[in-house]
Amino acid sequence: MDFLRPETLAEALELKASRPDAVPIAGGTDVMVELNYDHRRPSALLDLTRVPELRQWSDGLRIGAGVPYARIITELGEQLPGLAMASRTVGSPQIRNRGTVGGNLGAASPAGDTHPVLLASDAVIEVASTRGTRMIPAAEFYLGVKRNALEQDELIVAVHLTPAKGPQQFSKVGTRNAMVIAVCSFGISLFPQENRVGAAVGSAAPTPRRATEAEEFLASALDFRNPAPLLDSVKREFGELVSRAASPIDDVRGSAAYRKHALAVMARRTLGWAWQELLDGERACA
Amino acid sequence: MRVNVTVNGEQRQADDVWEGESLLFVLRERLGLPGSKNACEQGECGSCTVYLDDVPVCACLVAAGQAQDREVRTVEGLADGDALDPVQEAFVEAGAVQCGFCTPGLVVQAHDLLDRVPNPSDPEIREALAGNLCRCTGYEKILDAVRLAASRR
Repeated sequence: MDFLRPETLAEALELKASRPDAVPIAGGTDVMVELNYDHRRPSALLDLTRVPELRQWSDGLRIGAGVPYARIITELGEQLPGLAMASRTVGSPQIRNRGTVGGNLGAASPAGDTHPVLLASDAVIEVASTRGTRMIPAAEFYLGVKRNALEQDELIVAVHLTPAKGPQQFSKVGTRNAMVIAVCSFGISLFPQENRVGAAVGSAAPTPRRATEAEEFLASALDFRNPAPLLDSVKREFGELVSRAASPIDDVRGSAAYRKHALAVMARRTLGWAWQELLDGERACA
Repeated sequence: MRVNVTVNGEQRQADDVWEGESLLFVLRERLGLPGSKNACEQGECGSCTVYLDDVPVCACLVAAGQAQDREVRTVEGLADGDALDPVQEAFVEAGAVQCGFCTPGLVVQAHDLLDRVPNPSDPEIREALAGNLCRCTGYEKILDAVRLAASRR
């Protein structure tokens, strides 16, 4: 096995082009488990922790793929409340000190915690190779169970997100708060000026996915400019549509039927919280 | 490969390191520092918690090569000679140690918490220690130890 240690992004892309078999490693929270358990013997590891370009974020926002969850929580919680909420549910403090959104995207597990938020918030994934840069909307990034849109010679460089334009929420079901792979999860982002919401489910289909019909329903059922208290019928219908967007399986973490039920509950609750925040905001402005 | 790393303030060198090896293996098996414990090897138990450039991490999830030219501080590096760190003293006094296997990880993690938050609330302590498993104590004595250490720092 080779251990490749680039110190610039250009060098990392050169190495990935010449060694497409090299497995990128940043926080190691997935890759090292596979190595420790002998589940994987790559011919090379490509260590990305020394590439400064990957470990910075800039206004706009462009978040380097190697910024750990702990920094997203402390540095970006105001601008990206949904992503910060999802980041807080990742593993444990030690895991959040190392793990990165880039790693979540690279692993592309349907259960990855940040995916529903990235989908609901219209994130765009920046990937690069020596051939150039591609901007891939999150909705086109997840192709199958642990499969993403990356080509062999490409690396995930950054995630582009606009600072929240309205309330955002994230919810996750697991057996305890810490160190849990999601049984299922749900993210919602309100875009009041555009009279729409983003909504996406995690760990409830072969890929994380948007609940498009649920989004369209809310866009037509809600008046974001003059928000009134939510009707129970709207919450119920939204939950129902979110649940219908999922196609979960029975597995060790939970049954398909439970996941469908829990998604409807999470969708109703998170919509309620987000909408209340919108109402409170209106009142504060009045 | 060869790995050069500063451990507990001392420049150390490990040879014949396999490229897929963890920092934990290097510490325990190559550098003679068995304080950090090896249990789950998947970041679930926190027994191998060490500082890497002043940030607590699971050493089992750090590739040895990633520690090249970095600074590592293990549980062995907390005491000042024979004088235990206040967190270590508090663990002994509060009876927070039973079989002792989880203790090094908990001590490092609690040490970091008190560095960042001198007077943590109970929820803050629980959150900080959420990635460290103990099967003996039921955690109550561990919480006592962290409160005690906080009161003395």
